[in-house]
Amino acid sequence: MSERAQLLLPIADDELVLGWRNSEWTGIAPFLEEDVAFSSIAQNEIGHARALYQLVADELGTTADELAFDRPPEEYRCSRLVELRLVPDWAQTIARHVLYEEADAKRIEELKASDDPEVAGLAAKIDREEVYHRMHAEMWRERLTDEPRFTAALEEIQPLLDERGEHTPEFAELWEEMTMVRRSVAGATW
Amino acid sequence: MTEAQVWEALSEIPDPEIPVISLVELGVVRDVEIAEGRVRVEFTPTFLGCPALEVMRDQMAAKLRELGAEPEVMVISDDSWSTDRITPAGREKLRAAGFAPPAPRTAEGPKLVQLQTGSFRCPYCGSTDTALENIFGPTPCRSLRYCRGCRQPFEQFKTI
Repeated sequence: MSERAQLLLPIADDELVLGWRNSEWTGIAPFLEEDVAFSSIAQNEIGHARALYQLVADELGTTADELAFDRPPEEYRCSRLVELRLVPDWAQTIARHVLYEEADAKRIEELKASDDPEVAGLAAKIDREEVYHRMHAEMWRERLTDEPRFTAALEEIQPLLDERGEHTPEFAELWEEMTMVRRSVAGATW
Repeated sequence: MTEAQVWEALSEIPDPEIPVISLVELGVVRDVEIAEGRVRVEFTPTFLGCPALEVMRDQMAAKLRELGAEPEVMVISDDSWSTDRITPAGREKLRAAGFAPPAPRTAEGPKLVQLQTGSFRCPYCGSTDTALENIFGPTPCRSLRYCRGCRQPFEQFKTI
């Protein structure tokens, strides 16, 4: 596998899977404003995943969709943190959001400095959008800073952030859902 | 066929989500080049997750075929699109349609404190006594604000 694929696939997988998890709040968030926010963030993350997969696909001679949906579950290299199904726990959801955005910001900064101009250019574009995710996460961090359920959640799920490779038990079910339509009709172009 | 004719033709394509403004006014057409009957257009998406991306690309290709050219629409996913690329005429059309145009981008980029305190102007009454309701809105490119002057919620273009 190419250097670019090694670098970008874990990030693309993170963004895709987190996008799916965030979209699970659509229609059922604690209030309407957050319904809109989490749905919009989910849409952005999946857009970032698509663009990152595309850069890898150009090099590997495949397509973004094939990378996103046609790999077996064991080939996904996302963090265990993004795999967790956190609905209906809002405190844990916000804790993940805060942890993820902080880690993602550092990673994007590094990509912006890449020698590969396509990677650096895409990272800079992604960052323009991520600024708003970080504002949203920061707003919630301030709001919940003394909330024991939030601080406990941060402590509990933080170790999963850097764990990759072996999936959480709930990933298998998510993979089934994510790839179901595509697997339902072999060779279909939707 | 000249490049000016191509730009003219592309400027007739409305944005699929906000049809008051054209793709050219939105600033997503980065470059046009003509060579031997082929027209190459460089197109920069606004937001990467924008569902209208394919629609825009296909509409541009269709428009170029109408001109009798073989289109090549390249999607450029780099950092070259910013809301600063929306033309002055485009900004005015957005405002007239009730969408507050994006604030100019500053060197350090947008900050929460600016959204919470900055003087964003209501597109309906012109008051700057407006408050942030939600960083996110009905599409990725918009935030929601509330005008205390005319007691109207309105959509504010995000600066990116």
